[in-house]
Amino acid sequence: MEATVTADMLEREKAFNDRIARGEVIEPKDWMPERYRKQLIRMMSQHAHSEIVGMLPEGNWITRAPSLSRKASLLAKVQDEAGHGLYIYSATETLGVDRLELTQQFLDGNAKYSSIFNYPTLSWADIGAIGWLVDGAAIVNQTALAKCSYGPYSRAMLRICKEENFHHKQGYQILSIMMQGTAEQKEMAQDAVNRFWWPSLMMFGPSDANSPNSEELMRWKVKLHSNDDLRQRFIDRTVPQGEAIGLTFPDDKLKYSETTRSYEWGQINWDEFKAVVSGNGPCNKQRMQARKTAEENGQWVRAAAEAYAAKHYN
Amino acid sequence: MTKNQALYEYALRLGDTSLVLGHRLSEWCGHAPLLEEDIALSNMALDLIGQSRLMLAYAGTLEGKGNDEDALAYHRDARQYRNLLLAEQPNGDFGYTIARHFLLSAYLVTLYQKLTKSSDETLNGFAQKSLKEMIYHLRHASDWMLRLGDGTPESKQRVQESLDACWLFTDDFFDADAVDAILQDGTAPDLADIKTTWLVTVTSVITLAGLQIPATTNGFMRSGSRKGNHTEYLGHLLADMQFIPRAYPGTKW
Amino acid sequence: MSTDTKLITWEVFTQKKQGAAHEHAGSVKATDPKMALLNARDVYGRRNEAINMWVVPAFAITASTPEDVGPFFDPANDKLYRNPNFYKLSNTYKPVAD
Repeated sequence: MEATVTADMLEREKAFNDRIARGEVIEPKDWMPERYRKQLIRMMSQHAHSEIVGMLPEGNWITRAPSLSRKASLLAKVQDEAGHGLYIYSATETLGVDRLELTQQFLDGNAKYSSIFNYPTLSWADIGAIGWLVDGAAIVNQTALAKCSYGPYSRAMLRICKEENFHHKQGYQILSIMMQGTAEQKEMAQDAVNRFWWPSLMMFGPSDANSPNSEELMRWKVKLHSNDDLRQRFIDRTVPQGEAIGLTFPDDKLKYSETTRSYEWGQINWDEFKAVVSGNGPCNKQRMQARKTAEENGQWVRAAAEAYAAKHYN
Repeated sequence: MTKNQALYEYALRLGDTSLVLGHRLSEWCGHAPLLEEDIALSNMALDLIGQSRLMLAYAGTLEGKGNDEDALAYHRDARQYRNLLLAEQPNGDFGYTIARHFLLSAYLVTLYQKLTKSSDETLNGFAQKSLKEMIYHLRHASDWMLRLGDGTPESKQRVQESLDACWLFTDDFFDADAVDAILQDGTAPDLADIKTTWLVTVTSVITLAGLQIPATTNGFMRSGSRKGNHTEYLGHLLADMQFIPRAYPGTKW
Repeated sequence: MSTDTKLITWEVFTQKKQGAAHEHAGSVKATDPKMALLNARDVYGRRNEAINMWVVPAFAITASTPEDVGPFFDPANDKLYRNPNFYKLSNTYKPVAD
């Protein structure tokens, strides 16, 4: 009996792998290995949590935006992050796990989110740097994910990429204007890039040699490119843009190589990365506390809505 | 006071109320009770900021000193602001924000409905566009008044307390002065009419939610926004909002 | 997570322009249909992407499974009489509309 079950499973798994190899898209009700489902849930929920935590550093400047048009754009952008979180949670729900459960895991400290959002936003220029560098890195990642093997995730990414491109332009434009402004403004813009450059590169995750999940995810075409490849792509596209508006990068090894037609660059501080990912970045506690407070303050509201629905919609 | 000056004041009242209320709602972004509410409150904040930009730009034109929307938003102090007092009150809990928005959006819907018949072309166009937005706000806030009022005993008590607290600032909505008198030539509506309609709207929702219309006989009603007599909260809101243009004068962002 | 929660998932369908069919846009959480509709509007209609919306509790949707593919849909493949292409047409025939 057991032997046949195992044989059957192996056959199913082989059929699944063949589908992946043929480039087919997996849909929610299709059979999939439990491990594929688990890895997707882990990866997608981390992504969704990141969007939600990502609202906080930028939200920090909504009330202090320097003009009404900037205020409106920033608010719309942070609102988009909430929307992105929502789209990705929705896509994750197709794997049989409820958003409320995922949120609880996150609040209990049992789920990760992108390390970048544990850095503080200290000046208005940081809003430019986040749009240009952080969203730029996110776009490189998400454009790849838009071609991933799981249908709902790939569709969520397509939708999100459209909006992120707009954020990316906006961030670059904020820095461009500052780089044409007063000495103080230029200093502020450069300082923001100095602080956000390395953390942005860390967004692509550990180097391929040290990325525990990469091999499996690539075999399943959840990931289509390695962390290092995407990171290099981001650097190659970003550095010339920065130089065009007079920005420099905090890496003395950074230089263009005519032979590889690509940038050579220095070394990421992986100790810092590990510290931030494991909860010891500059703002980890503050970010988690903000989300917990929002959750706690919302409890009575959700309870009221539930009670109202029980009375009126049963 | 000339008609032009009256119109300038009137535009500031509309523009400042939208700006300050939009600013308050924007503070919720990232902290709402449900992800969907983060998005909803941000949408409403964006509507209001959009409305304020139209009216402050108009005020700048009427004033004729070359001030644009940003000059007016970022370079006036609290005593020059003309927003309704209720709009500047801190968010409190979600119930307070809803009660505040319910009373204010019911007011703005009523006011904008009348302004769609204004003889002033700019006010008229502004009201046509903004009315649709505010009807949505009123619907959202009314739905939540019902859920909170007819939800749990805790939510009922909380939202009633918030409603009572907000109510103190509602006389301020209808505080007609010389500006309103001058604009009674078909430019702006009679605030006494607005009050009648507003009261019918809010009473029906409050009653349906199982809540009490707050008693006004014991509490004294606060007003003063027409003369820039605000509560202490506005100064802090402006300190936050105006920080960059004040700290770096003459810069472009 | 209590199983009797009213905070459930609603699937959202949007109509992009008059005359177009409603298409699935995504989902929202809500405790009642009015909240679901307003949430849908804010999430999936804020960029002017819709003129009409449906919201449906996700639990109310029954979908066919991949195992159904054969019995459900294959039989339609060989019923050519549904596509009247193999009758000879006289030259006088013209479609009444393109």
